Amino acid sequence: MPRCFHLALLVTFAASAAAQTPSPKDSSVYAELAKAPPKAVARHNPLETDPDAVAVGHKLFDQHCAECHGPTAEGGKKGPTLIVPEVQQATPGALFWLLTNGVVRRGMPVWSKLPEPQRWQLVSFIKSLTPAPKPKSASEDSPRP
Amino acid sequence: MPHRLQPFAIFVVLLLFTAALPARSQESPYIVTYDHYLEEPGSLEVEYFSTFGTQRAGNDFHAFWTEFEYGATAWWTTELYLDGQTTFNDSTIFTGFRLENRFRLLQREHFINPVLYIEYENTSGADKILKEVEGHDVESDYTDPNARARQEHDHELEFKLLLSKTFKGWNIAQNTIATKNLTGGNPWEFGYALGASHPLALKASAQRCSFCRENFIAGVEMYGGLGDRYSFGLHETSHYLAPVVAWNLPSDWTLRLSPGFGLNDNSHRFLLRWGVSREFSGFGAALSRLLGGRP
Repeated sequence: MPRCFHLALLVTFAASAAAQTPSPKDSSVYAELAKAPPKAVARHNPLETDPDAVAVGHKLFDQHCAECHGPTAEGGKKGPTLIVPEVQQATPGALFWLLTNGVVRRGMPVWSKLPEPQRWQLVSFIKSLTPAPKPKSASEDSPRP
Repeated sequence: MPHRLQPFAIFVVLLLFTAALPARSQESPYIVTYDHYLEEPGSLEVEYFSTFGTQRAGNDFHAFWTEFEYGATAWWTTELYLDGQTTFNDSTIFTGFRLENRFRLLQREHFINPVLYIEYENTSGADKILKEVEGHDVESDYTDPNARARQEHDHELEFKLLLSKTFKGWNIAQNTIATKNLTGGNPWEFGYALGASHPLALKASAQRCSFCRENFIAGVEMYGGLGDRYSFGLHETSHYLAPVVAWNLPSDWTLRLSPGFGLNDNSHRFLLRWGVSREFSGFGAALSRLLGGRP
């Protein structure tokens, strides 16, 4: 194969390895939620009363989101935690808008390829998340003298 | 299988069966048309596709290609193709490689979502994968025996504007193709591809299942040539209509099937395409660790 092929491969891999991914701890990643237009923010989750929506959303989260946001949504190497007030206090409409549009510059792809009902199922799951109780420290466990 | 294809085949098999981090995604059923969805950042998708084609005035053929599709960022996907073909009663040969890049032009979803596609092809005249049809590509171009056809070397630059929209579960995609063969002073050639698809169910079901309707996406593709710079239009061009279906398995594999039918006398009468793919997450992080960077 010609030398230009190897060069092109090298450039491609080097560039992709250098591709910047935002730090999951960077709080500005949540600022994207505030950019949702008012009409999107006001949308209601049509599956809010669907008893299966959270369980199905959990399954979809495992399939599509856990790789970046972690299996318990507490953040991963590439994606921020979703168990924070910025996310939990956002309206379902704002979360749906963010899922649909992604945050392409910061590495989150658009998810409009998932049909709308599946995106709402994901929103149901995300809104159901509650922070895990903090493990008690050893000093709290031991009886006081 | 020719001797020099064997190491490559072994590598593909090893990669498919030993990777530890498969990823599940909703893959489009299209084989020729592109929608605006790119590979997820850091993920590598390994795909194998076959095209069986009937050939009047010549031998039928089975062309095949392997794609390594990598999501460099959320707005850039890069891809390597390795092509080959078997012409019945003739031989099996490697026919070249392609390097492809797709760039998402807009940050958010819009009424129409454009993606710029740039590809470099280094193939022989015996390449028969028919990944796109352009210019005055016609069935009779494929009748030469491999020994003669492989003497021709093509260096092509191919540009596509991919336009796509998903609405109420329907994906509609349109690709405009412009190709310039850098050898031989050939003119710019043009082509098109259109696609429409819809999942069989929009809501996901709670259980993990192989045969749930939401795992299937069905659609149709139409593609063909539009002549060249000097004779733009449908004269002496070939066109195809192909139903497509994709089955996204919970075990992380995607299967695609597409019987294609030639729409005029210049087209192959029948093309049967099928493909299998699997996506591996964390490839970028592993590569970065290998190169000594942060994951």
